Order: sequence, then C-alpha cells, then structure tokens
Amino acid sequence: MGQALRTRQLMKTQKFGRGDIFAIAPAVMIFVLTVPLLAGLIGVLLPAFGYFPSLGGDHFTLQYFHDVLHVPGFWHSAKLSLWTGVATTFVSLAIVISFFASFWGSRPFQRIVRFISPLMSVPHAAAAFGLAFLIAPSGWIVRLVSPWATGFHHPPDWLIVNDPTGKALLFGLVLKEVPFLFLMGISASSQINVEGRLKVAMSLGYGRVWAWITSVFPALYKQIRLPVFAVIAFSSSVVDVALILGPNHPAMLPVQLLRWMNDPMLEMRFIAAAGAIYQLGITVLALATWWVGELVVCYVGRRMMISGERHQNDQIFRNAALIMMGGVVLVSLLGLITLLIWSFAGFWRFPDVLPTSLSTMRWMRVSPDMLWPALNSINIAVVSTGLSIALSIFCLENEYRRDLTVTSAAIRILYLPLIVPQIAFLFGLSVLLVRFGLDGSFWPVALTHMIFVLPYMFLSLSAAFRQFDVRYLKAAASLGATPNEVLFKVRLPMLLKPVLFAAALGVAISIAQYLPTLLVGAGRVPTITTDAIALAAGGDRRLIGIYATVQTLLSFIGFLAAVLLPKLLFPNKKYFG
Amino acid sequence: MTKTEVAPKSLCLNDIRIFRDGELLLELNVEVRPGEITTIMGPSGSGKSTVLSLISGFLPSNFSFEGQVMLDGVDIYQLPPSKRQIGLMFQDPLLFPHLNVEDNLMFGLTAEGSKAERCELVAKALEAVNMAELGARDPMTLSGGQQSRIALVRVLLSNPKALLLDEPFSSLDSGLRNKVRNFVYQQARAKQLPTLLVTHDQDDAALIDGKIIKL
Repeated sequence: MGQALRTRQLMKTQKFGRGDIFAIAPAVMIFVLTVPLLAGLIGVLLPAFGYFPSLGGDHFTLQYFHDVLHVPGFWHSAKLSLWTGVATTFVSLAIVISFFASFWGSRPFQRIVRFISPLMSVPHAAAAFGLAFLIAPSGWIVRLVSPWATGFHHPPDWLIVNDPTGKALLFGLVLKEVPFLFLMGISASSQINVEGRLKVAMSLGYGRVWAWITSVFPALYKQIRLPVFAVIAFSSSVVDVALILGPNHPAMLPVQLLRWMNDPMLEMRFIAAAGAIYQLGITVLALATWWVGELVVCYVGRRMMISGERHQNDQIFRNAALIMMGGVVLVSLLGLITLLIWSFAGFWRFPDVLPTSLSTMRWMRVSPDMLWPALNSINIAVVSTGLSIALSIFCLENEYRRDLTVTSAAIRILYLPLIVPQIAFLFGLSVLLVRFGLDGSFWPVALTHMIFVLPYMFLSLSAAFRQFDVRYLKAAASLGATPNEVLFKVRLPMLLKPVLFAAALGVAISIAQYLPTLLVGAGRVPTITTDAIALAAGGDRRLIGIYATVQTLLSFIGFLAAVLLPKLLFPNKKYFG
Repeated sequence: MTKTEVAPKSLCLNDIRIFRDGELLLELNVEVRPGEITTIMGPSGSGKSTVLSLISGFLPSNFSFEGQVMLDGVDIYQLPPSKRQIGLMFQDPLLFPHLNVEDNLMFGLTAEGSKAERCELVAKALEAVNMAELGARDPMTLSGGQQSRIALVRVLLSNPKALLLDEPFSSLDSGLRNKVRNFVYQQARAKQLPTLLVTHDQDDAALIDGKIIKL
C-alpha cells in the first residue's frame, strides 16, 4: 500500500502497465482511510480551541477545555468511558482466550464456530435491544421464573438496563465483541501452526489449557493486538449501544458529546468539540492502561511459564470457559428471538412467558414508514461495500502484480479509523461538510460508511487472496491470458465465496453504522439503524422489535446471498459445494 | 524483440546467471532442441524451479538475472508471460475448478475462429486422448490421471513453442505416474516442442534420452 509498501526489487521479467488503475488503488485507499479522519480531527480541534468563525469564534482559547471539566457529571462520564473500554475488552478477550485454550480443534469449538459468523453480523443496536428485552425487570428472564420462583406478579422495580455503573452496557458490548475477537482469533490461528505448538507442549506434559496458553497465546496475541486495540477504542467511545443500555444521568462521555453537538444552544458546539478531544484522550488512556496490563501479564506470564508447573488438572477452567462462551451465544440468540416475538406480540402482560396472541398488524402499519429508511440502509451498504470491495481487490491485485508486501505500517493505517474514536473526528467532518454544503445527502453518508467498511473488507479479502494458490494464475497467464483476464476469469471466480462473504460482512457493518449516518447525514438520511435507536427512548417494544428485526434481517440477507449465489452461478461444481 | 542466430524452434538459455538477493544462485548455458526433453535435477533450493520461472516470466522480485532467454530465435525477456507461448505444467494439474473440462480446454485456445470451430478443436483434442465423454464434467470429479492428461491437452491447445514441466508427475502414484509420464513425453515429441523437465525423480529422467543438467 503506497509508500507503506516496500518494493523489494523491480521485477525484471514481468511487464505490466504503470499507469493502470491497480497502481493508483493503494493511494486511493490511503486517502480514504486517512484524509477524512485528519480533516475531521482538524474540524474538531479548531472549535475546541475556540475557532469557529460562523459561530462567532474568531480567536483561539483554552476556555472550552476548562468549561468541559466543569460540566456536571463530566468526570463520572469520563470514568465510565474509560472503564467500559478496558473492562469490555478484558472480559471479551478472557472469554475468547479461555475457550480457545480449552477447546481448540474439538467438537464444542466447531459447534460454536457455526454461530460466530451469524452473530458477528447482528448489528450492535439489535443485539443491545435483544439483551434489554431479555434482562429488563419485565424481560423474558424474569418472566420465565415468575411468579412461581420469584412471586412477582408485576415487574420488580430494579434498575438493570441503563444502570448507573454501566454493567448492562458492558454485557451488551461483550455480546458483540466476543464474536469479533473470536473470528480474529481463528484468522490469526491459521498463521501460527497451533496444532504443532500444542503437540510439542502437551508432549512435554503440559495440560491442554496451559499448553495452549504457554505455546500458542503469545504468538496469537501478537497477531490480534490491533483488533484488541480496536475493541478498546470502540467500547470506550460507543454511542448506539450506550444510548440503549448505558446509564443516562450522567451518560457515557460519547453520549454526552452527541447531546451537546445537537444542543439548540450553538455555543455548546465549542464544548462538544473540546469534549471530543477529551474523548480522544480517554481512548488513548484506555489503550495506555491496556499496554501497562500487557507488560504486567507478560512479566507474570513469563515467571509462570518457567515455574515448571504442568497444570494438568484444568477441568474446572474448561467447564467455566464453556459456560461463558455458551452463555454469550445463548443470550445473543435468545435476544434475537425475543425481538422477533415482541415484533409480532399482541397482548402480552407480565408475567406471561409468551404473548396471548400474535399479530402482523403492527408490521403492516409500520412497513410504509420503514420503506424509505430500509432502502437508504441498503443503498448505503451496497455503495460503501461495493466501493470498498473493488478498492481492496485492486490493492491486493496490485500487490501480486508488482510483488509487493504489506508492511506493518500499512496495517496500522488500515486500523486507524477503527482505533480513533468515531465521535472524535465525525463531528469535525460533519462541520466541514456543512461548511461546503455537502451534509445531509446520500453520497457523503455512503462514502463515510466506506471509511469503516474498507478496513474489514481489506483484512477479510487479504487473507483469501494471500492463501490463493498463485500457480493457477501462472497457469492461466502461460495459456495466454492477460493479467486482467487472469484476474476476472480465474482469480475472482475462484475467490467468489470469500469475496461474497467479505461483501456480506461489509453490508452488515454498514447497516449497523449509527454515528456516521446521524452526523454526516445531519438527520436527513434516515436508516433503519438511526430510526431504531431513535425509538429506544420511546420504549415501544413492538415497534423496537420490528425495527431491530428488520435491521438484523438486512444484515443476514448478505450472508444468505454469500451462501447461495456461488451455487446458483456455478451449479454442479464441487468447488462451490 | 531481437532476432539472433540460434537454431530455429529451440529454447536457448544463453549465459544465464541468476542472482537471489544480489548473490549468484546459478549459471546455465543450455539449448533444448525441438522434440528434445532436457532434465534439470538438483537438491531443494538449488534453483531448478527458478530456471522455469525465469523462462515463463514469473521470476520473483528478489531475483535478477543476466543473459538471454531465446525461443524460436526471439529473446523473450521483453515479453509478458501471456505472450511468451510457453506451456507450463506444475506438480498439480491446476484445472480451474469453476469451469468444466471443455471450458478449461477452451481457456487455452486463442480467440481466433468462431465458437463452433473452437468447440470442434476441443472435441477433437479430447477424442485424440480418448476422453471425448469428459467434456461436460466438473474437473474435480476426474481421477488424478485424467486431470493430468486434461491439463496437458489444455497446454497443447494454447499452441506453445516450448514446454516447461515442474515436477508434474510427483503427485501421482507410481502406477499412474508411468502412464502420464509416457503420455506427456509422447505428446511433447509428437509436437516437436523443446521441453525442459525439473524433477527429483531419477525415473523421470531415466526414461528420456535427452540431456540431464545437475545443479
């Protein structure tokens, strides 16, 4: 990728055109990943320091940084963001690592794997709504045990969802981050010969779990470190899940920032911008905290590894790992089922486990209102995913044609939009778009989605492209096929499945985007996600159930297409079977 | 392209010196005449396959070379892989799994002639190797031997001026290996193709009366 890619030595025998579209693709990718982000950060920094001429801010000042610190509840919000970022990552990683250590390659592992990709595709907001419907005082769990076990004939007066310490928020984030880290773990495992390492360690007498932790984990963690950082950044600055499950008074800092950004008093824009810089600082602090934690774990781990203990008796640990991972999958699935039931529920009084009647009436009534947001969601997802896939393929093909290698610096650029908190630069970006009259329309929203879809597309496709047997390409070229024919007639058809799965992932990521749609769309490009989250405050469970179900279905359709299309396009081919 | 004085239809490697990361890997000077099969043997890492990569145009970027690669009197160094008219066979048949056998063979044909003419060429080629009934089959459903023979037919249909064989028999079991080996050698001689074979297997070389180069 661009300058970050290291050209080894100019190929002396392979001759390809220099000014082709493949050659400029890396530069376009770097532009997409960095320029809007930098522009957004500048767009936040200037008002944070008081410079926002159209609002009367024509001189630089530190006043707003000072003012933010004195907003009631700021410190609590900041602590909550820091805690949520670190704790979510710790719990999610602990669940994934303990499960990998306990069950790698076993039947329970294969069973869980089947659920992970679909769960990864569930939008954050839908998962959060599902959890809320499950754990709320009037939710399904309390209904299941009432009144026979609890004696409750009315929902108890418990503050579970939106609790002030953010436990529900943490739980909701864990439900989404576990599948993400799980998939990253699988991808990383394919590069480090897990079986070989385990065999060596177990042949030395180490128990299964300890063998994995000592011989596999250090290498695996090195591979998934950037995704872990992305989880920290996301969790410490999340808005949509925090609006649904997080505390309200005071809310997490990113939620507070969103409120200030939308405050009728325009002066609050300065406060919001300064707050966004603090949010950036909090995410950096969360990353630094994690880094210190890494050092401690590294030190302690090394001492434990050379202690000679074999830890062969690990059954309790394995049981706990299975319960935790099974729990995450079960709660996620139950949440989705609850959403579906609520969307069709007629009369459903507490403590009935199921509604007394089911009805499609609400669906019929809401459908016309959902059509426009649903079409927006689909169109934005198709555009952002299509462009991201094309750009990723061009970059990867360029890598092959020019025999380039992606350096670690390039990988860091890829993770940049995932590690810099959305709220810290999207506000600035939206301000700039307003300045140039580009806010509130389809294309800026779709292109902003691309910033977040592109890294996943590239990472997902790069694994498939690099594992591809290039001898097929050489065989095709030696048969007289031009480089473009080789790409479009051989490589892409053979990679159809991974390309479609990457596209499905891209669609799911785009469908789930809340903040980019809200801020860049200026509320004038409604999607299913923005509408669903707007309903959160209303508390109409049937309506929320319908929107969250549609949101989930839109994501699932992509995966369904990825499974079915290869079989339809290439019938009777074992390769796609 | 520069025309020079070399035997017509031959594959000539003139004063070739291949460097890996700037260090000399091997030196080679060889002429392979039409219908002749020359074998390159040597331990792993000696550069056997690198020679084939050089000729076919796939030399990795950390390699460089000096010398001339002449085919039919033309220095092919300037040509991209698709224009070199070099038939390449690997250890695996590498039939494209998204195409059926017929389409795999069509892939090797140039775009000249109507579709009907091209289909006829493919049908004749399949008939010539007694596999006429396999045209509509998914290549993944063929046996290893059938796949290897189809792969060679595909290469031959592309009208190559030389044939490069990169351990093409090593993935076959011993019974099948002899059959496929004889088939390939027979076709190479019949088409008068200068052929370069890279192999670990002494038997592959023993069956040929051509030169053996040990690296």
